[in-house]
Amino acid sequence: MTIEQRVISMHPAVNREVILDIRGLEMEGFSGGSWHKIVHGLDLTLQRGEVLGLIGESGAGKSTVGLAAMGYARSGCRVTGGTVLFKGQDLLRMPAAERRRLRGLKIAYVAQSAAASFNPARRLMDQVIEVAVTRGGRSRDEAVRDAQDLFHRLALPNPETIGFRYPHEVSGGQLQRVMTAMAMACRPDIIIFDEPTTALDVTTQVEVLAAIRRIVEEFQTAAIYITHDLAVVAQLAHRIMVLRHGRLIEEAPTRVMLAHPQHEYTRSLWAVRKLAKDPEPRGDELLKVRGLLAHYGTVPVLEDVTVEVERGRTVAVVGESGSGKSTLARVITGLLKPASGEITFFGEQLPRAVKDRSKEQLRRLQMIHQSPDASLNPRHTVREVIGRPLEFYFGLSGQRREQRIVQLLDMIELSSKYLDRLPSALSGGQKQRVCIARALAANPELIICDEVTSALDQLVQEEILKLLLRLQGELSLSYLFITHDIATVKAIADRVVVMHKGRVVQQGTKAEVLTPPHPAYTKLLLSSVPDVDPDWLNRLLAARQPAVSSVAS
Amino acid sequence: MHVVLSISAKRLALGLATLLAISLIVFFSVELLPGDLAEAVLGQGATPEAVAALRHELGLDRPAAVRYMAWVLDLLHGDLGRSLATGRSVAELVADRLGNTVVLALAAAAIAMPLGVGLGILSTVYRGRAFDRVASTASLAGISFPEFFTAYMLVAIFSVKLGWLPAVALVGTGESWLQRLVVLTLPALTLALAVVAYVLRMTRAAIVGVMAAPYIEMAQLKGISPVSIVIRHALPNALSPIINVVILNLAYLVVGVVVVEVVFVYPGLGQLLVDSVSKRDIPVVQACCIIFAATYVLLNLLADVLSVLSNPRLKRPRQQV
Repeated sequence: MTIEQRVISMHPAVNREVILDIRGLEMEGFSGGSWHKIVHGLDLTLQRGEVLGLIGESGAGKSTVGLAAMGYARSGCRVTGGTVLFKGQDLLRMPAAERRRLRGLKIAYVAQSAAASFNPARRLMDQVIEVAVTRGGRSRDEAVRDAQDLFHRLALPNPETIGFRYPHEVSGGQLQRVMTAMAMACRPDIIIFDEPTTALDVTTQVEVLAAIRRIVEEFQTAAIYITHDLAVVAQLAHRIMVLRHGRLIEEAPTRVMLAHPQHEYTRSLWAVRKLAKDPEPRGDELLKVRGLLAHYGTVPVLEDVTVEVERGRTVAVVGESGSGKSTLARVITGLLKPASGEITFFGEQLPRAVKDRSKEQLRRLQMIHQSPDASLNPRHTVREVIGRPLEFYFGLSGQRREQRIVQLLDMIELSSKYLDRLPSALSGGQKQRVCIARALAANPELIICDEVTSALDQLVQEEILKLLLRLQGELSLSYLFITHDIATVKAIADRVVVMHKGRVVQQGTKAEVLTPPHPAYTKLLLSSVPDVDPDWLNRLLAARQPAVSSVAS
Repeated sequence: MHVVLSISAKRLALGLATLLAISLIVFFSVELLPGDLAEAVLGQGATPEAVAALRHELGLDRPAAVRYMAWVLDLLHGDLGRSLATGRSVAELVADRLGNTVVLALAAAAIAMPLGVGLGILSTVYRGRAFDRVASTASLAGISFPEFFTAYMLVAIFSVKLGWLPAVALVGTGESWLQRLVVLTLPALTLALAVVAYVLRMTRAAIVGVMAAPYIEMAQLKGISPVSIVIRHALPNALSPIINVVILNLAYLVVGVVVVEVVFVYPGLGQLLVDSVSKRDIPVVQACCIIFAATYVLLNLLADVLSVLSNPRLKRPRQQV
């Protein structure tokens, strides 16, 4: 099906029936052994057919408020005050069974990760039509036909048969649209979209955004769209509310908010997008990867990849998931043995497998991973985490080790009071700093950064990127920076490598890659990055018709 | 289906290898038993010459390795040999008893498995509430009592005090199914009580483990009822461990019945094994051990296959692109 063009009116819906009215919502969360206030007297109204954007960094209480709009609190959360009126009935005070009957039928939910939120043991169709059949008063056949129609409207491939697959047989972007169909199955009055595109690649995000926007408009469904990405919400929402620490910072119609943000915090949400590193001239060669070929089993994942990193410079590797960029990191670090090709580093050829490399070769090449939660041992204190490489590479112990740890903490702008903290007592940004310190402890020449900022909020991202830039200046470090985010590329890169399906499709200086003319895939990738401009999606869809189908598939 | 077949074939080959290893262990550990049939038959006062003569007659004086090879070759031809004590064919001797044991195991399973799984499911629906606590405590008590104790308690209550059920489970050939069932009740109940607790706890643990998954929260947000969430959303994802515990306990019911059979004088394979050990009737002991081992291997194979069938990600692996 072709993507239908629709320019939706971005004016706030006026004088329509108020369908959801949250007044003075107070919520508490349980952490560190006691209850803390996490939502402070929030008011929120939603009119029939209106899309409300709820935006803020993580911990701002967006999801908590979104779920409260369904009368639901996750375990470890509780509502302590206020009312949630859905068509005049208070969801918080009605009997549980009655509240349950509204869910799925009148108020539906679309979760962040469709891959995790679909039941892996059941076919998609069974899950999509479940509520419509058990409580929506439809026959199975009717519900199936309707679901197929929704799949069709959401531009899913094979709408007749996709429902009979299991979740693991369908891609992430498609699952997210199937989940939207599931939410829409009973034609609810309200749908809560909780970061539905955050886990997707930019190229997929565009398709999902367009599909969601079209169907919400078509059925005049009211929606609360939760995201941390202002550019995304700008494409859909009539009105935006900015939350921080469970409080409303600012609320305005989308265009007004974007044109004249009132609050400093709102402006800071653009932060990373404004960072831009001035590219440096070429330096001495530090790492050269030539003609790399690698397979997972019999599936080729890297084909003839040639990349070069210079001393004191940053090479950004961009591409969507599955493009082979993380595999490239695994091959360079020796975790995955390539079938052929050579890696020259620091003037010598590196053995292909990590176990054949000398300690000195290992020391010079360090890596920082995407998720500090996964790469930090939850039972090791900051001292142990940073102390370990000092012992391993330099045999430091006792007082000398302690001094070096404090010195490293200082470099990542953390004080020595964090020495005995466990990762669980650190914020996301602090954890990633500790990971940076662990890499620095080895005095490396090159650090491979694998999506190190993707799991973080905009503000924290900016801080981490600035920190990495400062460290690069001071220590003349080189970075191989893997990312899918073009704003991050602008912020940090000297050179850029664009990967697609295991091949390098373009590489050059940042200016060369980011300024037209682009090869087809680079063009698709760059154009998919949302702008903080409410007309961006309309313009893109209008311009893109042939490009999407020919390159993305 | 192709995946299931290839997995089954692999597991079957592994199972056969396991059985071969077990046959080695069985044969040579039986060798370690002090004394042999010749001594057992002739008694304490026999002259060494007489014992040696009988040994030669029975072929017991050949080297162990030779006897092992002969035994395994016969086994592969389906020949379990002859009982040294009675001269009857071991296959014949064992067949009757195996039938009895399987009937008892099935009767016990028919009580224990639905009860265990059912109570496990209900415990998750009402987790943290009175029902859950009572079921959990009661099942713990069930595990804690040794089987012979449970058996004698049941006999004391139902046979001695109430006089409803026979204390001895002697079965002949002429009885009707109903009579057999009555006779089987107490031993089956004893076995079931020992097993139900494991099944209940494992079922509960498997389902509770799944209840934290995001798709369960999704089901709650779709307004699905608590019972439906457990049965239709959580249970299908918890099937693999449940299948495994059910089948492992089924194997236990076949193999672990020795004590219960002895207490109730039930003519099953366990009794035969105990009798044969005391008589040093080596071919029968070996046959029983191999049958027990084969039961474990085959039931585990079944568990693996069912686990794969219950998991769409294994049953229908994603096509590589």
